[in-house]
Amino acid sequence: MAWFRRNKPKIEESNDDEVRKVRTEGIFIKCPECENPLYRRELRESHHVCTHCDYHFRLGGRERLDELFDDGNYEKLDEEITSGDPLGFVDTKPYIERIEAAKKSSGLPEAIVSGKGKVGGHLTYAGAMDMSFIGGSMGSAVGEKITRLIERATETRGAVIIFSASGGARMQEGTLSLMQMAKISAALARLHDARLPFISILTDPTTGGVTASFAMLGDVIVAEPKALIGFAGPRVIEQTIRQKLPKGFQRSEFLLGHGMVDMVVDRREMRETLIRLLDFMMNKNL
Amino acid sequence: MENKEKTNESFERVQNARHPDRPYTNDLLRIIFEGFIELHGDRRFRDDPAIVSGFAEINNLKVAVIGHQKGRDMNQRQHRNFGMPKPEGYRKALRIMNLAEKFSRPIVTFIDTPGAYPGIDAEERGQAEAIAFNLREMAHLKTTVIVVVLGEGGSGGALAIGVGDKILMLENAVYSVITPEGCAAILWKDSGKANLAAESLKLTAEELLKFNLIDEIIPEQENWSYPQTDTYEVNISVDNFGKTAEFLKDRIFRNILELEKLTIEEKLNLRFEKFRKMGKWIS
Ligand SMILES: [Zn+2]
Repeated sequence: MAWFRRNKPKIEESNDDEVRKVRTEGIFIKCPECENPLYRRELRESHHVCTHCDYHFRLGGRERLDELFDDGNYEKLDEEITSGDPLGFVDTKPYIERIEAAKKSSGLPEAIVSGKGKVGGHLTYAGAMDMSFIGGSMGSAVGEKITRLIERATETRGAVIIFSASGGARMQEGTLSLMQMAKISAALARLHDARLPFISILTDPTTGGVTASFAMLGDVIVAEPKALIGFAGPRVIEQTIRQKLPKGFQRSEFLLGHGMVDMVVDRREMRETLIRLLDFMMNKNL
Repeated sequence: MENKEKTNESFERVQNARHPDRPYTNDLLRIIFEGFIELHGDRRFRDDPAIVSGFAEINNLKVAVIGHQKGRDMNQRQHRNFGMPKPEGYRKALRIMNLAEKFSRPIVTFIDTPGAYPGIDAEERGQAEAIAFNLREMAHLKTTVIVVVLGEGGSGGALAIGVGDKILMLENAVYSVITPEGCAAILWKDSGKANLAAESLKLTAEELLKFNLIDEIIPEQENWSYPQTDTYEVNISVDNFGKTAEFLKDRIFRNILELEKLTIEEKLNLRFEKFRKMGKWIS
């Protein structure tokens, strides 16, 4: 922890460990992989990828869209759509309270944000899921937002790009959540029939009903390095087969080797890669 | 007190839906269809006994039938992997559906699975992709598709053969995003709370009909319900299934006839709209 001590003089005198910790964390973030300290500003410039070991930090939905669109310009879509509590679901805490708490802590209206703009000059409708909102889970609101995104692209002949980050379907909306998988897939069938592109980007983690629907339906599927991607979660599999899982199982590179994704792309090269893919799928040959 | 009784009822439905005396796809193939020709394999990897599929006739109408098969005794269950398909099962199902489409035959599917198999080999061969691809392809399959939720509708593993024009559901069947045990383990951190989860998940036929997630309930006879005691009589259900099966057969047949009056385009639009409306949110 040498960096901590070295920077101590910069920190205002305080005996309160908590305050000091927060202030230090305000300037630095420790890489969970290599444990090197990273300046926040430096981390932002490297798209939240560790400059020492290439560890990809989890990224929020808004940041994803900011980084994707040309000049960071896009029109936000369907921000007003948010979760109700159709089942009146109560577990150890009422669902309605979980929704309110998630809105407060994440500053987001839902587990996905979406927008319309240009990517490499191509009309693009993009969505980005966010783990900080009830584990990025997909309920009716998420399903509706994604479906509308795809429908808009189909109507106006745009491309669809979705960044997935999700624990799967949202249990608190029961079978309504499950059916979002069918609803979105049906919208993708129409996009497909209209011969318009869908690029799916799998980020850490993408599991359950999200993987088993739109996330695996990309014309091209791109994964960020070392992301956990699967249908069943590792714990469920371990309980079923009663043995430890091999190292690297269900990581991006494992899926690449098994032919389940087209490529694993470093986030710092993501936008350029997407533009090249869209050029192939959207530009007419002379 | 009333709350507790309701809880018990939801979980009782789950136990009924899983009961080995309920008819499985193979039983219905004998009871309500004729001349079943089973077709095997996905042409890519292997045959998956957790899904049976093939050609059959219902009232002299030629149809393709696809369904999960759990197996009754321990040998059968192991052979059928407890009705939990692997990717090759879903790919076989789609292959048969595409044959039905090619030869303009209606499709009838039967859902009865705890879920898609969660294992290393299934993940390696793309369990998620196999399910996802079926969802998309079934949404624009150019033939009539009737879905029957027969017993246990276990999440994505059920839905992967569950996108169709009409969704019928047996009165004592359940259809859920996750098993009550799985839900309880995650949300209550106690799988023993499965009865509470079962109630919260709203997984019964009546509840699903209220949310417009299914189209019709197939009523079951009174003694078609199993108190969880050791006094139930073996095979009571199969013997008593006659009347229910007759009604189910009639509803499948009549629904097919109705749908066959529509053009493909009308049918696909209606199918799309049905799923398009699913979900409840605030705006
Ligand atoms: Zn690092």
